[in-house]
Amino acid sequence: MKSYEEINRRIEAKKAVVLTAEEVIEYVEKKGIEEAAKEVDVVTTATFGAMCSSGCFLNFGHSTPRIRITEAWLDDVLLYSGIAAVDAYLGATQLRHNDPANMDYPGAFKFGGGHVIEKLVAGKPVQLFALSYGTDDYPRRELRTYITIHDLNQAIMVNPRNCYQNYNVAVNAGERPIYTYLGLLKPGLKNASYSSAGQLSPLLNDPYYETIGIGTAVWLAGARGHVYAEGTQFSSLCERGPNDVPMEGAGTLALTADMKKMHPKWVRGVSLVGYGVSLALGIGIPIPILNPQILKRTTVKDSEIYAPVVDYSQDYPNRTGKILGRVSYAELKSGEITVQGKRVPTSSMSSYAYALEIAEILKDEIRRGEFLLSPPLERLPLGKSMKPLPIRGRSQ
Amino acid sequence: MNTTKKVLFYFPKSETEKPIVYQLVKDYNLMVNIFRAKVTPDEEGYLLLDITGDSSDIDRAYQWIRSLGVQIREDVKGMRWDENGCTSCGACITQCPTAALHIPDRRTMRVWFEADKCIECMNCITLCPFGACSSQF
Repeated sequence: MKSYEEINRRIEAKKAVVLTAEEVIEYVEKKGIEEAAKEVDVVTTATFGAMCSSGCFLNFGHSTPRIRITEAWLDDVLLYSGIAAVDAYLGATQLRHNDPANMDYPGAFKFGGGHVIEKLVAGKPVQLFALSYGTDDYPRRELRTYITIHDLNQAIMVNPRNCYQNYNVAVNAGERPIYTYLGLLKPGLKNASYSSAGQLSPLLNDPYYETIGIGTAVWLAGARGHVYAEGTQFSSLCERGPNDVPMEGAGTLALTADMKKMHPKWVRGVSLVGYGVSLALGIGIPIPILNPQILKRTTVKDSEIYAPVVDYSQDYPNRTGKILGRVSYAELKSGEITVQGKRVPTSSMSSYAYALEIAEILKDEIRRGEFLLSPPLERLPLGKSMKPLPIRGRSQ
Repeated sequence: MNTTKKVLFYFPKSETEKPIVYQLVKDYNLMVNIFRAKVTPDEEGYLLLDITGDSSDIDRAYQWIRSLGVQIREDVKGMRWDENGCTSCGACITQCPTAALHIPDRRTMRVWFEADKCIECMNCITLCPFGACSSQF
């Protein structure tokens, strides 16, 4: 048994033993759980993929004369301005003004909120256009200027939902190609698309949220950030395997960090043909090895993690709940799965290669004593499920 | 000895009236596999293709093509894959018909582009979520 304080003292002394969630598998196989739990202080987990529920709060500073912004655009992408005078929220999936979307099907969605966030983090200039109705104390009614992230007082990423614990494998059992947030799915089960880092993914290594909770320090695109709440659609009550690992979506995390400290490599605008725009983020989360049980959970491997195969032509849009089977991440990563007796080639929307890189970077930061762990202030809710939205009339 | 060359014929404005492909086949005994072409009267254009045949036939064909004022570029790759722009998500893997975009090592899961295998279908250009694939023309 170790405490957070003991582990942090070892990190500060640059003596912490840190392994990635991939390395720890073999390490424990060799040393055994009890022995390894004494030695290992931290296991680093990571993921890189499209996370639509992401965005940032920005404060532009005050112009002369002042403006109380009611509508604003960055590079023609609409911001939410229903907060204080020069504060705004920029969301990842916001389309650019006049984007034809799917009117010209399938839409290309070349540029949107995610791309503006990418430009900001890369330090590139973006155009701010803002309108107001004018007040006695904020008389300006319009402004157009160019800003970079360095000009802003704050640029704080606040993401209501990141790091889905597990995810669907999307296929198309229909008769025409469909364009989804998991990419182009060819008809007749000709390809399958998944989106998880599997054995490296944070919440798959801590299936019951024993160490990852509200207040946990995370590595968000190179900046030190935190879990500030359960993620939206958090659903800890889900089907789980014998190893307690969810076999469907399950838990999610709400994350925040200072965007000024992020690295552009890990903050990337995403264009999904026929679907829309989004933002891909790189996230790393350290798991403190407080006891052998926590270590055991981090040794979960791709062959022991299962994802449901879902038909996105019918069952997903209509919420039938039907699945076509379950496949392991070992199968998914091999490049081919079998669905209803048919061999189906696979590809991913999340990057295992980048996740691996992030797990290594976080490992190095902890070894160098630069990244301390923070114990959760509050545990994420167990026994929580996700409610659907009933469509009803006023009197019902 | 048959050889195969991937080659770009570049047509300056208004040199496109001759049925070049027909003559490559008929007069020079070449097998032709066109990847991409843009041939419009009174505009510059290109023909990107594989030609297979005896190397002396290819040489003769080149001479004839050059005599028409058409430029021959063997080093041109129409499709460009930006290694730094690519995040190795792998979304392209099942969309690339010739596995020019592929994952050589399933342990590291890094995506790699083998230009020689590319047939310029341009699926990846439309479908890459990160815009890592582009066309030079």
